[in-house]
Amino acid sequence: MSARVWKFGDGVDTDVMAPGQYMKLPIAQLAAHCLEAVRPDFAGGVREGDILVAGRNFGIGSSREQAPQALRALGIRAVVAQSFGGIFYRNALNLGLMALVCPDTGGIPDGATIEVDPVAGRILLPQQGLALACEPIPGFLMAMVEDGGLLPHLKKRLAQQQKHEEETK
Amino acid sequence: MKTLAQKIIARAAGRESVQPGEIVTCRVDLAMSHDSSGPRRVAPMLDALGAKVWDPERYVIVTDHYVPAEDPDSQQILRFTRDWVRQQGLHHFHDEQGICHVVLPERGHVRPGMLIVGGDSHSSTGGAFGAYMFGIGATEMLGVLVTGEIWLKVPGTILIEWTGRFPDGVSAKDAMLFLCGRLGMDGGQYQAVEFAGEAVAALEMQERMTLANMAAELGAQAGLVAPDATTRGWLQAAGALGQPDAVPDLADWRTDPGAPLLARHAFDASTLAPQVAAPHSPANAGPVDGAAGQEIDTAYIGACTGAKLADLRMAARVLRGRQVAAGKRLLVAPASLRDQQAAQLEGTLQALADAGAQILPIGCGACAGYGQFRFADNERVISSTARNFRGRMGADSSRVWLASPYTVAASAMAGRIADPRPLLEESR
Repeated sequence: MSARVWKFGDGVDTDVMAPGQYMKLPIAQLAAHCLEAVRPDFAGGVREGDILVAGRNFGIGSSREQAPQALRALGIRAVVAQSFGGIFYRNALNLGLMALVCPDTGGIPDGATIEVDPVAGRILLPQQGLALACEPIPGFLMAMVEDGGLLPHLKKRLAQQQKHEEETK
Repeated sequence: MKTLAQKIIARAAGRESVQPGEIVTCRVDLAMSHDSSGPRRVAPMLDALGAKVWDPERYVIVTDHYVPAEDPDSQQILRFTRDWVRQQGLHHFHDEQGICHVVLPERGHVRPGMLIVGGDSHSSTGGAFGAYMFGIGATEMLGVLVTGEIWLKVPGTILIEWTGRFPDGVSAKDAMLFLCGRLGMDGGQYQAVEFAGEAVAALEMQERMTLANMAAELGAQAGLVAPDATTRGWLQAAGALGQPDAVPDLADWRTDPGAPLLARHAFDASTLAPQVAAPHSPANAGPVDGAAGQEIDTAYIGACTGAKLADLRMAARVLRGRQVAAGKRLLVAPASLRDQQAAQLEGTLQALADAGAQILPIGCGACAGYGQFRFADNERVISSTARNFRGRMGADSSRVWLASPYTVAASAMAGRIADPRPLLEESR
């Protein structure tokens, strides 16, 4: 996948992605306020397939999964960061939002075009002629992300189980 | 030789032993959701799967975020929660009884050795009782509700030992702000943090809960305290001994001496000063001297972190016979109905009210940024809650300093950030 980079710094928290006062709203309306306190042009500017790149500790704070869900709803396909808040990381993958740990995000400029290969654990910046390594996602989680997240993954698993039970009846 | 975290996870995984870094599947002893992350989020997904809650005895629901309902949307969320709980035949429903992390142990749901998931980041609070409890999102909760299981990467343990005793006017909250400043908000590395040492052993249960609660701000998955006689006393009072998942021999649930650790830190409790974390991060913590004199508009005592009975008592000790500064407001939102009732009975609540505090409804209140008490543009607040991220508790331009209930109370009286120790000294 190749896409435009939206660059953020360290310690971006869940509350700034999914502000408490909008948590009652449907996700599309909540997403319109995603990151507005730190970057007002973000929600309106993101296009389907764009990639968010950040520094350390991305997604610290709340367990509210509306944070990764809002990013996904706006069109963000992957988040690449030096490290993640633990709950955010799990939530992102559960919602089919790729979360990649890359120690060298400092050199990726805002607005750059990058290519992400999560299976090989590699990020390419063709304009800068750079290739950065990222930590691969464990296989069982990658399978879930490829199914679109935990809900479709469970749906598939339950269907297989049911089929198996019918066949062995 | 194993850590407490390893022992609990091995039991839940049905294994003799587990090693840090291993990915294991654990059986979940108990799951907890509140009204924000719970039924309204998981019910549509369960319907989509045609699935039901795996064990209605093991799923506890608490309403605390949208209470009391401030508008029709909140009423609708609460209505949906109540209807769904009834339809599902869930037996453990605590409706407007207080904040989930306080209500759960109060009602004896949290017992040593259990593996518990909660749909909220401060679920680490349960670790104070020697349970491995951690926060998850709503979709992950769906997975638990369907399968009764969850995957875990077995954590290493960061042991934090507090030697000596905390001086008067210095509390668990100060210890955690200090650690946030010292280790950073990723110092916990999403591993297990275990609190130990003479100072921790001397803390009452609700203070230990504050330690475990703010393990979330250290970025740990869990914050643990090995159970002891103090824990047993609490479990007995909460009716938790003799329950199915109770583990009678508390001595089993501790880190063996010599067990391999990820890191070990030792700090002297007796030299710790009250701490204040400046906007907009708990990691901006330092001794109260550095912030003293900063004018505030509002002092806020609330949340699972900072408005339990023990916290209300700290504030009352400072404020008894004194007054909130003219033109300033002190807001107190007790963490649970039982704690509020106990505070009422013993005169703690009256002491706060007499000092000029406004007593707000129980619940998460302004801490989560929900409800009608959010802070206004440019409002300057000192708060006993856990997080002061920009815009979390109110307008983007509001500023929140974090401190202990003692320091919040002293600051309410002074109208500016103040050290509580001279006031406590005077009162003695």
